[in-house]
Amino acid sequence: MSFSLSSLLFVLPEIVLSLFGVAVMVAEPFVRPGRKQQLGVLALAGTVASLAAIVFQFELVRRGAPVAAFGGTVLMDSFSLFLHFLVTLVTVLAILASFRYLDREQIHRGEYYALLLFGTVGMGLMVGSGELVLIFLGLEISSISTYILAGFRRTALRSNEAALKYFLLGSFATAFFLFGIALLFGATGTTILTEIRSALAGAQANAALTWMGIAFLFVGLAFKVATAPFQVWTPDVYEGAPAPVTAFLSVGPKAAAMAAFLRIFLTALAPAAGKWFWLIWVSAVLTMFMGNLAALVQTNIKRMLAYSSIAHAGYILIAFAAGTEYGVAAVLFYLVVYALMKLGAFTVVAHVSGPGEERLNIRDYAGLAAREPLVAGCFAVFLFSLIGVPLTGGFLGKFYIFQAAIAEGSPWLLWLVVLGAINTAISIYYYLRVVIAMYFREPSAEIEVAPVPSSVAFVLTLTALGTIYLGLASPVLIRAAAAAQALR
Amino acid sequence: MEALQPYWLSLILLTPLAGVLLLLLLPQEPHERLRRVALGASLLTFALSLPLPFYFDLATPGMQFEAATRWIAVPGFVANYHVGLDGLSLFLTLLTTFLTPLAVLSSWPITHRVKWFFISLLVLETGLLGVFLALDLFLFFVFWEVMLVPMYFIIGIWGHERRVYAAIKFIIYTMAGSALMLVAILWLRQLAGTFELLEISRQLQAGLLRLSAGQEMWLFLAFFLAFAIKIPLFPFHTWLPDAHVEAPTAGSVILAGVLLKMGAYGLLRFCLPLFPNATREFTPWIAALALISIIYGALVSLVQPDGKKLVAYSSVSHMGFVVLGILALNVVGMEGAILQMVNHGVSTGGLFLLVGMLYDRRHTHLIREFGGLATPLPVLSSFFLFVVLSSLGLPLLNNFVGEFLVLVGVFRVNPWQAAVAALGIVLCAWYLLWMVQRVVFGQITNENNRTLPDASRRERAILVAVAVAILWLGIASPLFTRRMEATARHILNQMNPPAVELATQAPAPPRPSQ
Repeated sequence: MSFSLSSLLFVLPEIVLSLFGVAVMVAEPFVRPGRKQQLGVLALAGTVASLAAIVFQFELVRRGAPVAAFGGTVLMDSFSLFLHFLVTLVTVLAILASFRYLDREQIHRGEYYALLLFGTVGMGLMVGSGELVLIFLGLEISSISTYILAGFRRTALRSNEAALKYFLLGSFATAFFLFGIALLFGATGTTILTEIRSALAGAQANAALTWMGIAFLFVGLAFKVATAPFQVWTPDVYEGAPAPVTAFLSVGPKAAAMAAFLRIFLTALAPAAGKWFWLIWVSAVLTMFMGNLAALVQTNIKRMLAYSSIAHAGYILIAFAAGTEYGVAAVLFYLVVYALMKLGAFTVVAHVSGPGEERLNIRDYAGLAAREPLVAGCFAVFLFSLIGVPLTGGFLGKFYIFQAAIAEGSPWLLWLVVLGAINTAISIYYYLRVVIAMYFREPSAEIEVAPVPSSVAFVLTLTALGTIYLGLASPVLIRAAAAAQALR
Repeated sequence: MEALQPYWLSLILLTPLAGVLLLLLLPQEPHERLRRVALGASLLTFALSLPLPFYFDLATPGMQFEAATRWIAVPGFVANYHVGLDGLSLFLTLLTTFLTPLAVLSSWPITHRVKWFFISLLVLETGLLGVFLALDLFLFFVFWEVMLVPMYFIIGIWGHERRVYAAIKFIIYTMAGSALMLVAILWLRQLAGTFELLEISRQLQAGLLRLSAGQEMWLFLAFFLAFAIKIPLFPFHTWLPDAHVEAPTAGSVILAGVLLKMGAYGLLRFCLPLFPNATREFTPWIAALALISIIYGALVSLVQPDGKKLVAYSSVSHMGFVVLGILALNVVGMEGAILQMVNHGVSTGGLFLLVGMLYDRRHTHLIREFGGLATPLPVLSSFFLFVVLSSLGLPLLNNFVGEFLVLVGVFRVNPWQAAVAALGIVLCAWYLLWMVQRVVFGQITNENNRTLPDASRRERAILVAVAVAILWLGIASPLFTRRMEATARHILNQMNPPAVELATQAPAPPRPSQ
């Protein structure tokens, strides 16, 4: 393994984020309590610098720089860059959405921002690695950051419960993941994804070990992306975590884990596709139905959106099951759309819930359109996009996923799409319940209108416009298609 | 005009959106200005669509005024903005642009969130026009779904007491129905390699694309379910009375006038030409559903104490006629069906407008609350009688021609069906005239009715427009049917292999195997 200074360019975004994260930690004691937002601005600068670094990397690759370094463990291919950009963008928006929330809940501390940055480092390593152990390290870095973030409202019982539950179950799942790596290593003698593929294709690998390795990896990853039957933790954690953290959690780590999932299964385990196709197929069906059916009966908006997150992971698995380059492009596009609409939706929840997150019932949204037209309008856009109404990104994303599955030509995938369509129909009801509350009902009690903080308004407008833009135009689609080519 | 042709339809589609943009920029008050802008935009759209039938070429069976440009292009997924017009969509377009200004005018009494009401209405107009004009399946589906959102808000925000229930029922029924159509569209795209409707038809005609019997059946059923809910046919109709009754007047007018036509339009545009064998196979079943709709709708109308509900159920009955005419699978029946779609839009739209005007005065739809309105409201009552007469098919007025053509077409195929359908006309005369008798004639039974103001200038304008349309459609019907003929023939030709086209009397043979 050779090391040169230019190899560091491959991890430039991570270096930038880590430096800023450390800077935030160091600066924390020197910033007076009412001024912690300055640390947020510092963290924001770090993420923006990291975005610039990613653009720089992109430019390097375009000029023909090599895409692998450190012996193939770190990759700078278009797939990695696409997702790097996405998860970092998510962090930018999450930081912005947190400013006022942290003041309101009186938990404004520098560690919050530092943890977000470290979490992003972990996610970056996950999406940009071609080697299982490094993926595991990324997974752990991002997980540990989010365990703490989930419990950041120290005095709230639910937040504590969320953190503990997430930590215990999450550690269990990562153990599965690690064990899967060990078994695959036993079967193939390597942890580099491309070498695993050659070993599996050459058929000298031990079949039983391979099988078990795949199953264990599946369990670990399915937990992280919250697909059935490993989704049980999601509603409790999403409900208990501070709302902006939920926004971050439901989008960033999920996208990163899905990317790792795709890369491992479609690169390293591609020769064994016959073995895992049914795992994904069954999981997709279960995930969609469990998510949507459970969401129907929720009255707490955070839990409803949590179940909706589960359902959306199910839709993503449809394209995953197709396993084609086209399917990967569909997943990537959907992840972008999903990130914008879900982040926006949870930002609305964070704002409306009020001090102490008191107002989390769907009934509390009654008359929101009259009280806060901007917030209600943006939320309506997110909800319609989550349903998949045309001219929103949610529609184009779902359409693209369905088409990718049908294009594969297998009747089983056609059935999967039919089930996906039925699930879409089921989901209309619970998303529209919120629209009904906001637009058709009068407020039940007098609620004082908190002015929308400009940072929240910015995040909402950006995500709402982005959601609509993704439904109208295709440049992001083209980028996704290009990124998908990297996984071969 | 020649140079304008490729942009014409796009201009019509965009004009309501220009109105929306203008409304967005205006402040919430004064209401009068918002109303005028909405009216202006919808009238301008109507004016733009009015010359279409004069530039329409009678002999062309295919699409006219076509415009196409690339919209989304990624490897494996290409969707175009492709619009065009034939004898079928021509009159549905005109119907939409004609009814929207009337709907706007009928909404003067609305004072709650006026700006957003008119924005919804104009977005709805573009959505509806797009459904009729789109020639790309992806584009079609986008319009098909997106128009539900403004309609949902119109019912849910500005509707009557049970509006929330009606709105959610409406949107769940119609969206759930189209979820499987989406899968069918994707499957068809997979088989044909394109979303372009004309290209898919061409491939089917040329034998380049051949669907197995199973594929054809499932595709047909997936499309049909979406259309049957929209039409609505008998077991799928339960959303209609709720939505129609709870919607504000403008919503009811557009729902009954245009939205229901989307289903019948879909049958003619997709089910018949693309899946002819499946259509023939299911014809007896669908015809049975249509007959049930005709009789059931009429019988339920007969016992309605609520005037608006009566008109709503009469739509179920009338749309049964349309479906029956389509399934006659001959030129006469099809022309009758298309004409009847327009007639129903105008007449039932007119009835909803009138019921709405009575509601504005008394805030009730119950028939027994009225009675003897001819004395205080002579003008309104005369128009009421006139529209009712048109709706029950008085000769010289519009519905007579359409129903007659449908019956002729159906009689040629199956006299029994025609006989049962004719029974529907009798029932229609019964419930409508009975309603008129109870509302307009007799003694004034409720003192509140004695002092009601007669039709205002705004209302007279609406009613005169409706009456002129009714008369014109009734007297000058050949002007319409001539423009439909080539299209009707074309649809039927697509259903039959060209080789046996000359032997028209022969029963439809199976597809040639070359």
